[in-house]
Amino acid sequence: MSTIPLDYETLRLIWWLLLGVLLIGFAIMGGRDLGVGALLPFAARTDDERRVLLNVVGPTWEGNQVWLVLGGGAIFAAFPPLYAVSFSGFYLAMIVILLALILRPVGFKFRGKIADARWRAAWDWALFIGGAVPSLIFGVAVGNVILGAPFHFDDTMRAFYTGNFFLLLMPFALLCGLVSLGMLVTQGASVIVGRTEGLLAERARTIGIWAGLGTIVLFALGGVWVAFGIDGHVITSTVDPNAPINPLAKTVELVRGGWLSNYGAYPWMIAAPVIGLAGMALAVLGLNGRWKLVPLLATSAGIFGIISTAGLSLFPFLLPSSTVPQAGLTLWDASSSHMTLFIMLLVTAFFLPIIILYTGYVFRVMRGPVTTTSLNKNPNAY
Amino acid sequence: MIDMTVVELSRWQFAATAMYHFIFVPLTLGLSMLMAIMESVYVMTGREIWRKATIFWGTLFGVNFAMGVATGIVMEFQFGMNWSYYSHYVGDVFGAPLAIEGLMAFFLEATFVGLFFFGWDRMSKVGHLVVTWLVALGTNFSALWILIANGWMQNPVGSKFNPDTMRMEVTDFMAVLFNSVAQAKFVHTVSAGYVCGAVFIFAISAFYLARGKHVEIAKRSMVVAASFGLAGALSVVVLGDESGYVATEHQKMKIAALEASYHTEEAPAPWTVIALPGEDGGEPSFSIQIPWVGGLITTRSLDEELLGLEELTEHAQVRIRSGMIAYDALQAIRADGTDQTARATFDEHWADLGYGLLLKKYREDVGNATDAEIAMAAEDTVPDVWPLFWTFRIMMGLGFFFIAFFAFWFWKASTGKLDSNKNLLWLSFFLLPTPWLAIEAGWFIAEFGRQPWVVEGVLPTFYAASGLNFWDLVISLTFFTLLYTVLFVIMIMLMVKIVKTGPKDFAFVDSPDADDFVVAALPATPATKELGS
Ligand code: HDD
Ligand code: HEM
Ligand code: HEM
Repeated sequence: MSTIPLDYETLRLIWWLLLGVLLIGFAIMGGRDLGVGALLPFAARTDDERRVLLNVVGPTWEGNQVWLVLGGGAIFAAFPPLYAVSFSGFYLAMIVILLALILRPVGFKFRGKIADARWRAAWDWALFIGGAVPSLIFGVAVGNVILGAPFHFDDTMRAFYTGNFFLLLMPFALLCGLVSLGMLVTQGASVIVGRTEGLLAERARTIGIWAGLGTIVLFALGGVWVAFGIDGHVITSTVDPNAPINPLAKTVELVRGGWLSNYGAYPWMIAAPVIGLAGMALAVLGLNGRWKLVPLLATSAGIFGIISTAGLSLFPFLLPSSTVPQAGLTLWDASSSHMTLFIMLLVTAFFLPIIILYTGYVFRVMRGPVTTTSLNKNPNAY
Repeated sequence: MIDMTVVELSRWQFAATAMYHFIFVPLTLGLSMLMAIMESVYVMTGREIWRKATIFWGTLFGVNFAMGVATGIVMEFQFGMNWSYYSHYVGDVFGAPLAIEGLMAFFLEATFVGLFFFGWDRMSKVGHLVVTWLVALGTNFSALWILIANGWMQNPVGSKFNPDTMRMEVTDFMAVLFNSVAQAKFVHTVSAGYVCGAVFIFAISAFYLARGKHVEIAKRSMVVAASFGLAGALSVVVLGDESGYVATEHQKMKIAALEASYHTEEAPAPWTVIALPGEDGGEPSFSIQIPWVGGLITTRSLDEELLGLEELTEHAQVRIRSGMIAYDALQAIRADGTDQTARATFDEHWADLGYGLLLKKYREDVGNATDAEIAMAAEDTVPDVWPLFWTFRIMMGLGFFFIAFFAFWFWKASTGKLDSNKNLLWLSFFLLPTPWLAIEAGWFIAEFGRQPWVVEGVLPTFYAASGLNFWDLVISLTFFTLLYTVLFVIMIMLMVKIVKTGPKDFAFVDSPDADDFVVAALPATPATKELGS
């Protein structure tokens, strides 16, 4: 359309970046709460300690989760075929994630309402599942994207998925799952160290150090695996980034280590894995030195680096197909129309800064350490 | 061919999870507004009791809100999971309002709801009031955007099918935003939420008053709830009527079913109060009708006729035949993108493509359908009359009842005699579930009445489902049902407990530092003992 001031190619690229921003936003913000949930039964032993943890993230976790909700909505709006294929293909994995996520809002709200040790212990495990399981499976899903998912289209663009749930649990995918779990646990531990005192902070610190180290090792291992053990997808036909979507219009070849070819073409991309590793290393150092703020910032940088690494390596693919490589979805052939991308960009450019401003405000109002006495003053505390 | 069992199960799952989500949604909508009103009174009058009331209703709101979030997150992903062809086919149009809902509404309500609960002692009075209003605003925005999305499914304006990408694409975004169906739906649904919140607060307060407990808070809450509820009920009925009016323009079939009008009625059509199905379960054998009223309600005129199901079915046959032409032209375009004659034919008939797809239930090569198959597909466009007819009458009946109910109590409140009759108070308490009855009935009419379409005239429901297998659906349905049932029982139990405890325990004390809480609402920590780890 001539009335749209940005060309189709640019808009597709912007939306690819925005998708990255939203998913990384969720990993950093929502990762705080998922990580704390995963740590809940281990870092905190007594009920008072657990209440302190829940109230560290309690006032802000709901807003953080919206990064995920918006991520889902944005995939739907900007890359509908990706939304259609990935969520129906990974159906049972999504069901597991959803069942786990359902436990969180009710866990936070219901747990404190009854003073019974068994009741509360049960919700603690529910919150643990709600934190650990999605953290793990999100990573497994990314692993499966890198390996390629078994799907193809018929000529009406109806997607057919030929895998099953257990096929998702391949060793490489599990490794990615552990990287994801590791980095989110480090994030959770950093939050706890920053906002609490005493034994609680000490336990979180120990777990955080090990989780951070584990993340570094596994992430590096994943890199080696991608270089020597996994086929990357490379487009062998010319692509018109301004064409109407049609995933079947291209030809694709599988190349061992092909996911690293982008780093040859664009050497600056190497910054992503470096930030990932350096961020996590700094987080470990900071946790070790009992610094209050650095671990959180460093882990956030690490998360940014690690997720960017996955996104940049796959570029321009969003979801490669392992059975019919030609059908793999790229940002050029799986986007919304020119008009929709433009309208959504306007809306996002307007609202995202406002969201960041008021989120910042709420975090400022709720800042400061959380202690048992501070809790007993608030009738709405968890 | 498409597996119809999977389609059926997907429909059950979507219906169950959506109806379940919509148990909590209207209460969130209503309570957030009522809390904002009560807190405004607190800030204006400075009287502590209003804050106490806000916090008390807020506690119940919180429990409900948690369930709303827990069920909403499932909704967000279900389109892709269970309706993957749908997501591809209309995502270009439908995804946008969903994403905007996240940007504009969910972030607002979810971010500030934390401050609502945790910010009492950290913010100024006015500051906190602003937060409460922002939460209420967020929930209303959320309803607006999701209903724009849903309204488009009922009346798919502002978009066109693109044969190169095999999907509907936006041509006029403003038309999608200002879709008349979406506007009517928004007002009707949000008002229904206000009624729901008002009945909830009113019923529980009536319970307190009947028991002579928490009388001060109960009476004040009843006054607010009765006036707000009266306004809401009037708006639901007046604009509910409007929603029927709008529906006749675009959804004649649904209206004909709601009125069980099998044959076109001469203008002005009568309105059927009740009717009973004939022997074959179809055409009514007995009915009571009021002359003229039907025409007034549905067409807003005395000279427009109300089309009956039979005539509408005949019309559907015409559209199906046109859809077959569109389908064949589309095949030709897919085979050879440069075929200009096919494109010209398609442009002429594209609006009926959806009708052509109805035939996919009977054969793959739609273009060769027989007359018998065309007749069957046309028959499929007729929704199930009798369930719709009766649920519509339940909803309408309740609508008029709510007006009377709140008007009565409004009058009692203004004469200061809220507690003059214990039996009436108890009766009001037992009416607690009625708004949900009306609301679920409303969604049933809107969604079930839309069948066989998932997007009216554009995409048949059976054609929109994902290619999942039977066991995928069995597993997901089983686990959703189990978890949702357990959570529902727990939620009711907690609400009962909170209501029994009553507002007292949430009190502030008028200490020199008025912002200090004394008694924690939270039951004491079970000794600082180790919990299983
Ligand atoms: C008329 C209003 C309305 C309707 C028809 C729906 N919702 Fe809803 N939704 C709300 C009104 C609402 C709300 C009032 O804003 C909720 C309910 C309780 C709450 O926490 O917010 C909410 C919560 C809620 C959440 C959680 C938001 C958060 O994390 O804060 C999601 C993801 C959705 N919804 C998504 C959906 C989808 C995809 C729907 C369509 C199928 C849907 N809702 C129907
Ligand atoms: C929360 C309130 C809602 C309720 C209670 C509700 C109810 C229902 C019901 C009962 C069905 C099944 C109809 C049938 O299969 O016979 C259904 C289907 C469906 N609805 Fe809704 N609905 C709601 C909101 C929405 C909204 C807001 C949307 C879109 C934004 C939507 C989209 C759909 C879709 C895609 C289907 C599946 C197709 C089908 O089975 O009909 N629904 N809904
Ligand atoms: C005289 C009273 C009423 C009339 C004439 C009326 C009319 C309607 C109509 C025609 C629909 C279907 C719209 C569609 O097909 O898209 C509808 C839907 C609905 N109604 Fe009512 N209604 C009335 C009262 C009520 C009451 C009292 C409530 C709840 C408190 C309610 C809640 C709903 C809801 C939640 C929906 C689904 C959303 C929507 O489609 O707008 N209605 N109503």
